[in-house]
Order: sequence, then C-alpha cells, then structure tokens
Amino acid sequence: LNHIVHNGGLYKRPFNEAFEETPMLVAVLTYVGYGVLTLFGYLRDFMRQWKIEKCQNATEREEQKDFVPLYQDFENFYNRNLYMRIRDSWNRPICSVPGAKVDMMERVSHDYNWTFTYTGRVIKDIINMGSYNYLGFAQKAGACQEAAARVLSQYGAGVCSTRQEMGNFDKHEELEKLVARFLGVESAMAYGMGFATNSMNIPALVGKGCLILSDELNHASLVLGARLSGATIRIFKHNNMQSLEKLLKDAIVHGQPRTRRPWKKILILVEGIYSMEGSIVRLPEVIALKKKYKSYLYLDEAHSIGALGPNGRGVVDYFGLSPEDVDVMMGTFTKSFGAAGGYIGGKKELIDYLRTHSHSAVYATSMSPPVVEQIITSMKCIMGEDGTTVGKARVQQLAENTRYFRRRLKEMGFIIYGNEDSPVVPLMLYMPAKIGAFGREMLKRNIGVVVVGFPATPIIESRARFCLSAAHTKEMLDTALKEINEVGDLLQLKYSRHRLVPLLDRPFDETTYEETED
Amino acid sequence: MDIKSMKSYLYWLYCQFELITCSYLMEPWEKVLFYTFNISMLVMVLYTAYIFIPVHLSTAFQFFLHLFGNQHENTVSIVK
Repeated sequence: LNHIVHNGGLYKRPFNEAFEETPMLVAVLTYVGYGVLTLFGYLRDFMRQWKIEKCQNATEREEQKDFVPLYQDFENFYNRNLYMRIRDSWNRPICSVPGAKVDMMERVSHDYNWTFTYTGRVIKDIINMGSYNYLGFAQKAGACQEAAARVLSQYGAGVCSTRQEMGNFDKHEELEKLVARFLGVESAMAYGMGFATNSMNIPALVGKGCLILSDELNHASLVLGARLSGATIRIFKHNNMQSLEKLLKDAIVHGQPRTRRPWKKILILVEGIYSMEGSIVRLPEVIALKKKYKSYLYLDEAHSIGALGPNGRGVVDYFGLSPEDVDVMMGTFTKSFGAAGGYIGGKKELIDYLRTHSHSAVYATSMSPPVVEQIITSMKCIMGEDGTTVGKARVQQLAENTRYFRRRLKEMGFIIYGNEDSPVVPLMLYMPAKIGAFGREMLKRNIGVVVVGFPATPIIESRARFCLSAAHTKEMLDTALKEINEVGDLLQLKYSRHRLVPLLDRPFDETTYEETED
Repeated sequence: MDIKSMKSYLYWLYCQFELITCSYLMEPWEKVLFYTFNISMLVMVLYTAYIFIPVHLSTAFQFFLHLFGNQHENTVSIVK
C-alpha cells in the first residue's frame, strides 16, 4: 500500500483526523432546546426573586442587595438553571480503585439535584470509561503497589518542605534521572501537581516582551500560565499550520506592536493530545515551522505520554522524531502512570534554570515518596527494565483497544471527533437533555461515562468522552459497545451521515481550510 | 401484537420529543405548564386552519378561475 505523502515527506505514517460537521437540523434543535430551558430559567429566576419559590442557590445577603450584583452574569444563570438539572452526572462518589471496573456509591436527590442523599447501597463493578487510566496502572495489587507500600513504610507519606529547602529526597533525584532517560532528554524536573507545572513554569520561561503563540483549544493550565507570564498572547486556529505560519510571519516581520522591536522570544504552546477533541498535534509540521522561524516549542504531553507511540514515549515517539527538537517537554504523571504530578524535560541549562527560578520549585511542596515510587515502578515497567514484557504488552493493548473501539463506534453511526490513534474518544451529543439522559442511562446499564457540556466545550457541541485503557479487556469493550448502541438507538444519537473524508496528507493552499470536502 | 409495537413506537416518539425540547429535564409542574402552552397553541393553529383555509382556498380558486376565464374569452375574440 503506497501512501503518498506531501509536506516534503514529514509524516512517516498516515495522519487520519476528522471532525464531522454538525448536521443543520441537530444544531437548530439544540438551539430550540436551549431556548426553552432559558425561558424556564427566566421564569424560575422571577419566581425566586418574588419569593414564590424558595431560593436554594447562593445569593447576596439582604444588606448587600443594593451593591453591584454578583450572580447575574450568564455563567451563574447557566449554573442555577441548566447545570443544576443535570448535576447528578458529575462528582459521583467512587469507593474503590478507579481501574477498569469501579464501585460507586448510590445517591438520590429528592429536590431535583439541589441536595443528594446516599441510599447506602454500593453499585459494584461499573465499567469505567471515564478515568485517565490509559495503561491500567491504577491498581491496588501488583508490583507498583508493593513498591509504593515499601517506600511508604520507609519514608512516610508527608514531605513537609519544598524542593529547595528540606524536601529534596534521593527518590526525587532518582525519578528525575529516570524521566530524563525515558524521554530521551538531558535532564528533567518533577513537580507535585500537573496543573501547577504549567501555570507556574511558563512565567519563569517567558515574560514581557516575549510572544506566546497558543493553540485555540489549549488547556486552562497553559492559558493561566501564559496570562500570568505577562507576555503577548496570540491564538492560532486549532491544529492549523497555515494559521500558525501566518502568525509567525507577522511576528517576525512586524515585531512588537508599538516599538517594532524584534520579539525577545517566541514560544509556541501546543498539546500532544487535546483531551476534548481527541486530536493529535501535527508535530512534524510544528517542528519544521519552529526551525524555519527560529522560535521555541513547549509541548504539553499530559494525555499522550505513555499512551502514544510504539514504545509508549509519547507523541514524539509516535511521529518518529527526535526529542531534541522540542525545547520544553512537559507532561503529567496523573494519566498513564497512575500517580500524580508533572514534569518538565529539556536541556540541562534549562532545567537548572527552572530549579532556581520556578515558582513551583521554590514554594510548592515536593512530591510524596510513595507517589514517586509508583511513578518509578510504572515507568520502569513501560520501558521494560523490570525484566518483563508487561509494559510493552500494555502499550500494544491500548493501541488495539483504541483502534477497535473507534472503528466500532464509527460503524454504528455516531459522530466521533479526533484522530484515529488517540485513546480519548469524544462522542457528540449536542442537545442538553441528552447530556443528562446519556449519563443516567449508561449508569443504569452499569457503565460509567464522563459527559461534558458548556463551559468546557462550545455551547452546542456537548459530548461524552470515553477514555480507553489497557486494562479494558475485549469483553468489557464489547459489553460497553453493546450498551452504547442501545442507548444510541434509544436517544437517537446516531447523527453521522458518513460523509466525512479522512484527513489525508494533501497539499493545503489558502482556500482549503475545511477538513471535510463534498 | 401490532398494537403493542405501535404503542411502544409512540412512546419512543414521545421520549424523543421530551429530549429535544428538554422537557425531560423539567420538574412536573414545569412540564404541565409547557405542555399546556404547546397544546393550546397547537389547538388554536388547527382551529384557525379549520375555519379559514376552506374560505381562502375557494376565494383563491375563484380568483384564478376568473383570471384564466377572462384570458380565454379574450383570445377567442382576437382569433375571430
């Protein structure tokens, strides 16, 4: 099978990404649904204002009613009138390890989701399609758990200091050397919290007079870090290399806005896998652009480390590129390694600079030792250094599960976003009532899913997001697929008109911005 | 048998209506209000249609007949 590649042969494998367009009728009906709910929202607010109905949400005190109103913006309106109606699909209490199957505490609400009470029953063995457990390391028995228990009895759980003071354990040094070896970079540094890794380290890298080019759909931690840094932020369209190149050209040609001086640094912020879309960054093209225009690249591999690539080393491994091309490789240990925390990898000078200048290193407590040991054990397992092939088998199992699950869902007729190889599978729901209905119906059938609506996604594009795991066996996936099929027929979710054209490598020109063609 | 599948089909249609108009999410009194409003609107539209459409149709029919009837007479006179 001869795969013709354009883009100068940058891609060594086919890049199949598709985002099917919303059907017009579905969009109109979604707006109708939101319109009805908005009208009823106004009615309820009116009743609450005139004391016809008891007000159960947060309001200002009586003495403060003449002050500037706090709860009148759209977010609060949405919260008390739309979110409250379907709130039972979120914050579900789990009472076992979040592996492939999970136990959940049953709860009911007698006042339409304003308060919940536990019935006391525990729903057992729910198939877990929502945890970021890509390689199945969320286990309560096994090599990782034994090693973590041993370290817990040796070091205890608390650290009681920051990295710079008394919190630098030999375990942390061992972890950082291992992470650097895993990624193929010179040096790495680990932090206690993944969100804080982004938001506290980007201000240390860029400041005023620098330019940040950030993808449209970047995570909140990247956006927060970029805003805290004080640099100028420009946004390019999601995964769109023409948009990025245009911004780079403008930046180089025109320089800073008023003084026309050249930018001190240009930093491109991208993610490996975008968790709401399931798309993978076009890394070969980004690196080619970065080299051409002499800028820096910050790659956030929160979801892709461990989950992509033949050796599980992330999106760099997936595309077969060299890790030296990426200036700052950031990732988290929360997803594929079953622990918590984040890391940054790169050149030795960069990491030594971050050790002294990052807010996280100076002020944040360092990682807890059992968590560090969990990461060390799981990473050694993935690399194959523990003497078994368990890690390699898991990486392959995840890739197989991904391809199988995505293919079956597309065949059934659902609209699925994203790249064919990404283990994050968003299934489009669109209508607000279906968000609540999907979550509840799937729970009735013993499958736990995560549904997402506004404000995490655009208001009409609400979705259910499945996260596949290497711990899912084929039987579990088949059960899940059967139930999804049933619920899809019950709720009429099979919107796809099979009109999508897979995004093959073809030369783009200024006129072809759309992913699908007729 | 047919009645049963018909009934379940109608119930499924009702569920779809509930999901699309988000009455699935409403409290019972809100549903009552919503359905009352909808049904009363529908009844009014149907009643208006029942009263006025025959009158409009017959008027339109007479108008067009008059138009084409006249033309026919005119052409006949020219040929003669």
